[in-house]
Amino acid sequence: MAPEEIRNAVLEILEDIAPDEDLSSLDDTKSFRDQIELDSMDFLDIVMELRKRYRVQIPEEDYGQLASMSSTVEYLTPKMEHITA
Amino acid sequence: MYDTLIIGAGMSGLAAGIRLAHYDQRVCILERHNTIGGLNSFYRMNGRDYDVGLHAVTNYAPKGVRGPLQTLLRQLRFKWEEFALAPQIGSRIAFPDIELRFTNDLDVLRGEIADKFPNQIDGFDRLCGRIIGYDDLDQENYDQSTRTILGECLTEPLLIEMLLCPTMWYGNAREHDMDFGQFSIMFRSIFMEGFCRPYRGVRLILKNLVKRFRSLGGELKLRRGVRRIVVEDKRVQGVELDNGEFIAAKRVLSSIGRLETLRICDGTQAVDPARAGRMAFVESVSILDKQPKSLGVNDTIVFYNDSPSFDWCRSKEVCDTRTGVVCSPNNYQYSDEDGELAEGVVRITSIASFDSWNEMSEEEYRINKLRWYDRTVASAVRFVPDFRRHVIDTDMFTPTTVRRFTWHDNGAIYGAPDKQLDGTTHLPNLFLCGTDQGFVGIVGAIVSGISMANRHCLDRDSE
Repeated sequence: MAPEEIRNAVLEILEDIAPDEDLSSLDDTKSFRDQIELDSMDFLDIVMELRKRYRVQIPEEDYGQLASMSSTVEYLTPKMEHITA
Repeated sequence: MYDTLIIGAGMSGLAAGIRLAHYDQRVCILERHNTIGGLNSFYRMNGRDYDVGLHAVTNYAPKGVRGPLQTLLRQLRFKWEEFALAPQIGSRIAFPDIELRFTNDLDVLRGEIADKFPNQIDGFDRLCGRIIGYDDLDQENYDQSTRTILGECLTEPLLIEMLLCPTMWYGNAREHDMDFGQFSIMFRSIFMEGFCRPYRGVRLILKNLVKRFRSLGGELKLRRGVRRIVVEDKRVQGVELDNGEFIAAKRVLSSIGRLETLRICDGTQAVDPARAGRMAFVESVSILDKQPKSLGVNDTIVFYNDSPSFDWCRSKEVCDTRTGVVCSPNNYQYSDEDGELAEGVVRITSIASFDSWNEMSEEEYRINKLRWYDRTVASAVRFVPDFRRHVIDTDMFTPTTVRRFTWHDNGAIYGAPDKQLDGTTHLPNLFLCGTDQGFVGIVGAIVSGISMANRHCLDRDSE
């Protein structure tokens, strides 16, 4: 998957776990938490959905990498580049 | 071999099951009764539907507002609309010669306090600050005395008693005092968030949960009671059913209560029955030939107490009618589409003695149900308009009814006084959810199932 496809994959997950949030104006460089209401349970779900959908393993010490969209995509790119979208 | 076996198909067990099945676990819920729901169930009699447990769903939040309701909707992937929650109209705390009205807007209660206890309002605001700042999963400070903390914020004993009345009624397993953690949870869920109800009652919520669980591949087995949790090498290996069948599992999540779980666990010492919950109730249900509000019964819920001091303890008689809760499921703001409920209903809950009801012969039980229906209703109509001339059908359930269908010790609705907030037990793969994990009410029970599934049962690292 290319970075843009990974971004879409994350966006789809966010739409599923926070359907009541407006994601259209999401700024990729700013943290998710500053823009949408996400608590620790929601972050757990991002991790679990990535695992369920793409078999990507994210160890707990890396959860901090998922702070913003751009840091998430950057972190996931080496883990997901071999996946065909 | 199941990944997780869940004991009990109530709100918490079903919610936990959805989480685990969603993440592709092999999960099975075992329920001894022939229907789902546990402490929040329903039944049909004389052609009418009755709810058990649910007066109101607490923790109301409009769509998109942060809080426990949004957490559970997100975690279980439901849309706000699927729970179809109609907010309350308005409720009251009624003591002799004084009442406090409240709605789902905290400012209404605050205004009532400013009006009736003007010198207490600063203390009330301080109390609200402490409650907002309280962390739900803080076991260390959980069991501080609520009466002590209320005494630090407020100087008017009557106001303290009035605030304790609804919070204890809706979730206090302890007698006389209350853990401040539990009080904070209840205060937020009742006064800061508030009451609501689906037009179709508890059925709608249970139906949604079970449908989702099954659509994700979860298995639900009714009439399958667990009589033994099989332990070898200090690990749970599986469970043995009432019919002798053995089912193997990697882990077990039990919603049947802490003592009730330990009792059926291999190798546990005799469990001290004195630590079981003691707060048990009767509920008197009246069906009316009119809508309650046409008789002046306008409130959603009335918490009443007939003296200035609120005495929350097990009943010394068959029932204790000094305090009670009057609820009318008609009095919610249902959508125009749904309209009004077909018949008027008034439900009255009173404190009762499990032992007294349990010791009765069948004949005594029948007579006492009639006797205490009359007495509990007579007590309640001191605080709401007298509706008795309009009653066309009645029913009553008692602590023994609750025990017969839920197997909870003493028919105790709110479980044992000592909560195990982290849901752990002495075994590494046996966990608790539901009433004895700490959260009560429908939203609380569902959140309990979700959080214990997340914390203990999801496989995060292994393939």
